[in-house]
Amino acid sequence: MSGRERLGALSMQTAFLAVLFSVWYVVTEGSQITSLFLPRLPRVWSEMVGLAASGRLYAAALVTIPTIAKAFAIAAIFGIAVGFLVGRSERLVRLLEPVLSGMFAIPITLFFPLFILFFGIGPDSKVAYGAAYGFFPIALNTIAGFSNVDAHFLRAAKAMGASRYQLFRHVYLPAAMPVVLTGLRIGFFISFAAVLGGETISSAAGIGRAIALSGELMETARMFAWIGFVVLATMILNIVVLAAESRTRRD
Amino acid sequence: MTVDMRNGAAQPTQAVAIAIDRVSQRFPGRSGTNPMLALDDVSLEIRRGEFVCLIGPSGCGKSTLLNIVGGLIAPSAGSVRIGRNTVNGARPREIAFVFQESTLFPWYTVLENFRIALKFQGVEGGGWRDRAMAALRAVGMENFAEHYPSQLSVGMKQRINLARGLCVETDIILMDEPFAALDEQTRMVLGEDLSVLLARTGRTIVFVTHSLAEAVFLAGRIVVMTARPGRVKAIIDVPAPHPRSPDFMLAPQFSTIRNDLFALLRDEIRQTVAAMREARDGARP
Ligand SMILES: Nc1ncnc2c1ncn2[C@@H]1O[C@H](COP(=O)(O)OP(=O)(O)OP(=O)(O)O)[C@@H](O)[C@H]1O
Ligand SMILES: [Mg+2]
Repeated sequence: MSGRERLGALSMQTAFLAVLFSVWYVVTEGSQITSLFLPRLPRVWSEMVGLAASGRLYAAALVTIPTIAKAFAIAAIFGIAVGFLVGRSERLVRLLEPVLSGMFAIPITLFFPLFILFFGIGPDSKVAYGAAYGFFPIALNTIAGFSNVDAHFLRAAKAMGASRYQLFRHVYLPAAMPVVLTGLRIGFFISFAAVLGGETISSAAGIGRAIALSGELMETARMFAWIGFVVLATMILNIVVLAAESRTRRD
Repeated sequence: MTVDMRNGAAQPTQAVAIAIDRVSQRFPGRSGTNPMLALDDVSLEIRRGEFVCLIGPSGCGKSTLLNIVGGLIAPSAGSVRIGRNTVNGARPREIAFVFQESTLFPWYTVLENFRIALKFQGVEGGGWRDRAMAALRAVGMENFAEHYPSQLSVGMKQRINLARGLCVETDIILMDEPFAALDEQTRMVLGEDLSVLLARTGRTIVFVTHSLAEAVFLAGRIVVMTARPGRVKAIIDVPAPHPRSPDFMLAPQFSTIRNDLFALLRDEIRQTVAAMREARDGARP
């Protein structure tokens, strides 16, 4: 993307957000929509400020962020390990790849009560749940990365006398890396979503819990405030991750 | 010019560099049914410093034969000797490949590709950069050392691929249509360079090509192969010393050999095309 195109895309995205918020503002200020469904924008904003100032945002984040980090770390370690071990053998790929992608298609949410049963209502159950969800895209992408290395690169490297280690270090690894990184990105956002989702379904603390609680108490403005924080965090993370990815990609 | 039908026994002037002894290659057919014979009892001796061209219809097993000689495929029958040793695996110290496809690693720059090739071969230490730059200069690509392969045209990539093959300084170079993606003019210039290089360094080269002119211009001997299963149909000598100048292409000798070559090939190509048509019509409901 050229600088000019990027600028164009950025202004389109900004315009879209501006329109969205304008419509929200006009609709809630001008009409009789009950604030139970859609709160007034200034109310949401003052709730956000209040949550941040009172330290409740900090307290909830202190539960949720480590949970996401642990879930993703476990998903990444197991996903890459399994993906690498399977992806190196053509037979294992043929045997296990369909099994893993089949399992990925099952909504793990169905087993959420089991996670609560095994790991309790605290953060541990969310760590396990987020890790289980994030594991599959990482493992599947790692398999794809290592099993789809072009045969003629391998043949050329062998003809040049590459040792097994050199073949891994200079051919398999760089060839698989972009696909593995994509898997990590997808896995991260899935773990992120699963942890927050798990917290809203059943937990004692955390941002997801705060969202669910404000909903139950019909404090819609506060609920939107919490959601606003999550959306903001997601947007920032997305920008950071994409920037990191485009830096590792060469062209 | 002589057409030698004795399955390629080398004249005893130079030591034999490559001895291909009754090599056959069978590939498992689709879904494991009747296996396909790609090479049928091929024997050939290639002397040190010789430039041999392999020419034959598409699918006759030229690439397969090259891979067997280089130890990348074990033949179903027969054997290959390099000097005194029977080939049973890659021999990076003695044999360099220039493959049909560009095999520059896209995640490394041109220069890094050379470094890695030398490292794979076991050459460590400081000299690699000078060697790489010299090889790049030889193909006129020294200004692209820091580029990634994706930033180069197909022809540029092939020239660098060729340079990488030369840079590792093996006695034997196996080239599989290294100029296929190049335009006629560049092909001829690089062919001339190769001819000069051969005269200077005395390397043994086996060169697969589909171009009659290229084969006659470059080769000391041209091995004509039959349609699949590949056998040696004939061997044609081109008795002109290297380095050859472009004037050689205007000599009467050149067109005579070229025409003989064409006559030998025409039947085989016809047969290949007929087989392809048959396979296609057979597959139609
Ligand atoms: N690994 C393989 N498995 C099965 N069949 C193969 C394999 N490699 C080559 N073949 C078959 O062997 C035959 C010879 O292939 P080869 O690539 O050696 O032909 P070629 O003479 O180099 O052709 P071209 O001039 O088109 O490059 C072809 O019919 C091909 O389909
Ligand atoms: Mg070929």
